[in-house]
Amino acid sequence: MTQTAPLVLPADWRDFFALTKPRVMSLVIFTGLCGLLAAPGSIHPVLGFTAILCIALGAGGAAALNQWWEADLDAGMKRTAKRPLPAGRMQRGDARDFGIALSVASVLVMGLAIGWLAAGILALSILYYAVVYTIWLKPRTPQNIVIGGGAGAFPPLIGWVAVTGEITMMPVLLFAIIFFWTPPHFWALALFVKSDYAKVGIPMMPVARGETSTRRQILAYAVLLVPIAAAPWFIGGTGMVYGLAALALSLAFLALSLPVAFRQTGTDDAMKPEKRLFAFSILYLFALFAVLVVDRVLVVNGVTA
Amino acid sequence: MTPEEDIERKRRQRSRNLVMGGLLLFFVVLFYAITIVRMGD
Repeated sequence: MTQTAPLVLPADWRDFFALTKPRVMSLVIFTGLCGLLAAPGSIHPVLGFTAILCIALGAGGAAALNQWWEADLDAGMKRTAKRPLPAGRMQRGDARDFGIALSVASVLVMGLAIGWLAAGILALSILYYAVVYTIWLKPRTPQNIVIGGGAGAFPPLIGWVAVTGEITMMPVLLFAIIFFWTPPHFWALALFVKSDYAKVGIPMMPVARGETSTRRQILAYAVLLVPIAAAPWFIGGTGMVYGLAALALSLAFLALSLPVAFRQTGTDDAMKPEKRLFAFSILYLFALFAVLVVDRVLVVNGVTA
Repeated sequence: MTPEEDIERKRRQRSRNLVMGGLLLFFVVLFYAITIVRMGD
């Protein structure tokens, strides 16, 4: 009698695409593109496109590695249970190999086509997300999001460096904006999906330190974001249009965090202030980086100082 | 493997091959374009 291994259907290409977290990638592409467009100097459109493609491929590779490592955790959460690995539509090793291939290819192409400084930062961002955040910090500390947020902050820095070939104060500030934006953005989400994280034992802030502490910290980061978002204007890196828009957007962000900071979840709570803050936080980042580019265009054309 | 599974397996393989072929073609064109641009630097 011979035993045969159970036949497994090959994964659909759409499942490989889903591994790259396309929705997260859209924000990565957008902020990377804004960093590239706002940087002083110019880059050939083909090389600019290649740089953004590499940033997107790197983010996709890191996302695939994240899902490979967290397949068991994802299976236990309603929000993530339908992903290709927990749903059983793909073999785990395939996801790992796909993630590694995307990551390595993105760094190599970035190095060969754009430059090795941009490629080095891209490699660092992938390792930061896949290893420092996913494997090391996420299961160990409620500060996981604060440190892990750094991974999402790299794209505008890489886009900027792809044009200028050097790290200056401006791209570091763009990094800082996303770094300080991530905790209130993610904790607002964690407040209304906290039961899921608690179920799989991930020490998200609302689970590990409690709701009150999380709400106060959201406010603290929203306060910090006001001067940090406007800092590119303060140091003379942008014009007035960006400066005023950054202040207005950050003050609106702060105003929406206030009701979140000073309330408690009731029974059958619809969590409207938290959902409103989460939705606005996405709009905030898109608007802030869009204004950064608009401001650059206005300054270059002599419309504003 | 049932006939239905076999049809599904072939469909998935065909669509994966098409996507892979398209990606390879895209990267050939991209590397050609990058080479031309970099030669002009």
